[in-house]
Amino acid sequence: MRRKFLIKKITFLLFLVSFVSVAQHNEKSDHTNAPQEKDLKTSIKEYINHHLLDSYDFGLYSYTDSHGEKVHIGFPLPVILWDDGLKVFMSSKFHHGETLAKVDGNYYKLYHNKIYKTDANGTITYDKEHHPTNAKPLDFSITKNVVFIFLVSLLMFFMFKRMAKNYQKNALPKGVGRLLEPIILYIRDDIAIPNIGEKHYKKYMSYLLTVFFFIWIINLLGLTPLGVNVTNNIAVTLVLALITFILTTVTANKNYWGHIFWMPGVPKLMRIVLAPIELLGMVIKPFSLMIRLYANITAGHIVLMSIIGLMFIFKSWIGSPLSFGLAFALSLLELLVAALQAYIFTMLSALYFGSAVEEHDDHH
Amino acid sequence: MEKLINDFSLGLFVWMGVLFVLLVLLLKKYAWKPILDAVNEREEGIKNALASAEDAKKEMQNLTANNEKLVKEARAERDTMLKEAQEIKNKMISEAKEEAKEEASKMIELAKTSIEQEKQAALAHLKKEVGEISLVIAEAVVKKELAAKEDQVKLIEGMLKDVILN
Repeated sequence: MRRKFLIKKITFLLFLVSFVSVAQHNEKSDHTNAPQEKDLKTSIKEYINHHLLDSYDFGLYSYTDSHGEKVHIGFPLPVILWDDGLKVFMSSKFHHGETLAKVDGNYYKLYHNKIYKTDANGTITYDKEHHPTNAKPLDFSITKNVVFIFLVSLLMFFMFKRMAKNYQKNALPKGVGRLLEPIILYIRDDIAIPNIGEKHYKKYMSYLLTVFFFIWIINLLGLTPLGVNVTNNIAVTLVLALITFILTTVTANKNYWGHIFWMPGVPKLMRIVLAPIELLGMVIKPFSLMIRLYANITAGHIVLMSIIGLMFIFKSWIGSPLSFGLAFALSLLELLVAALQAYIFTMLSALYFGSAVEEHDDHH
Repeated sequence: MEKLINDFSLGLFVWMGVLFVLLVLLLKKYAWKPILDAVNEREEGIKNALASAEDAKKEMQNLTANNEKLVKEARAERDTMLKEAQEIKNKMISEAKEEAKEEASKMIELAKTSIEQEKQAALAHLKKEVGEISLVIAEAVVKKELAAKEDQVKLIEGMLKDVILN
């Protein structure tokens, strides 16, 4: 009963927010000088690139209305900068990159989705490779991705807390717990215990479970039309990989370090050769975790959006159904990839933890 | 690679790090620990219940086996008791028969002796009676024979003769 009420409340809030923001952004934008007839292919490409990037406002969608005005549906998010002091303002000041934001006498410009410090006219200076040379303030803004990470964390926290609470009353799972419990048990019995071992697996369970559900849920939500891609940000996957790396390194036993610096069972000379390789491998393992998750999700989104984009390029009656069918099939595949990447990340993390706490050294 | 480094956002990294570590810690305290504990407890419970069910089954089997043994023993005992009773009965009957036979033969013997005695007595009585009757007859005959004087003399003479001869 309470849950239903909560869902209703959230839905209502979402509605309210979107209407409020329509009102807020329906201002006249002054980009009439921009070329209207941009090449369709380039605009699709730009759109895809834009979609894959993080942004400073929570944009749901945008369109050009009958008066040639660009209308953005969404709501602004706070920008937090550290530039000789904390600067906090709403991203609506940028007007989607069309105007400068003037804060405490400093001017900031949103250029290619990054905030640069500029003069009052918003001039951007470039170096030889056409990279902006303007100063970049330290940026800790609550971006779209941060909001989404926060929402997913909140969702996970309440979902699993409710599930945990249910166990106090009843030994059997109820509601969503019936779906989640087999997955939790699967992670424990088929990922953690076989890879880490009965003795040590317990201390890693919290991380493994959290990382699995976090990646899975965030990937799934990224596939919804309103969803935001979070795991296609290298910063996000870097955090996850870094935690795996830190946990592996911190909990590693003598045996693990022994295998890295003084590999048992091989000639002395080989040990010296192997040490740097093993040391490199220690870093490469989490690095591969980071790249794998990032690349899989990014690639999936690019392909999916390109196929959807085809619909606008082939304007014939064959193109649209074909591209719709392809996009549909690919979406199904992406659903699988979403779970698969979560599984692989968890599995490999467990494997690395397992190697860190392995005790017997006579298996080589 | 350059694009990767270019896309890297320190802000997102920091936020993600903070939020994710917080999420792990919070979930650990409020969700994973209670859930895993509850699941473990339940599994332990199921394991124990299964073990105790197995034990109960074994006990049950033992009990049944015991019962069967007891029943068998009781049956055997009953059989032996019956057999013994039969034997005792037979023995009693035969003994009784023997005794009866003995008694009967004894009685027959007794009867025989008494009959013999009776017979002897009767014979003796008869002899006496016959003697008396013959005396009477003889008296009568004698009386008739010795009615005449000469007959008396003749008889005496005859008797005398006999006596002399003897």
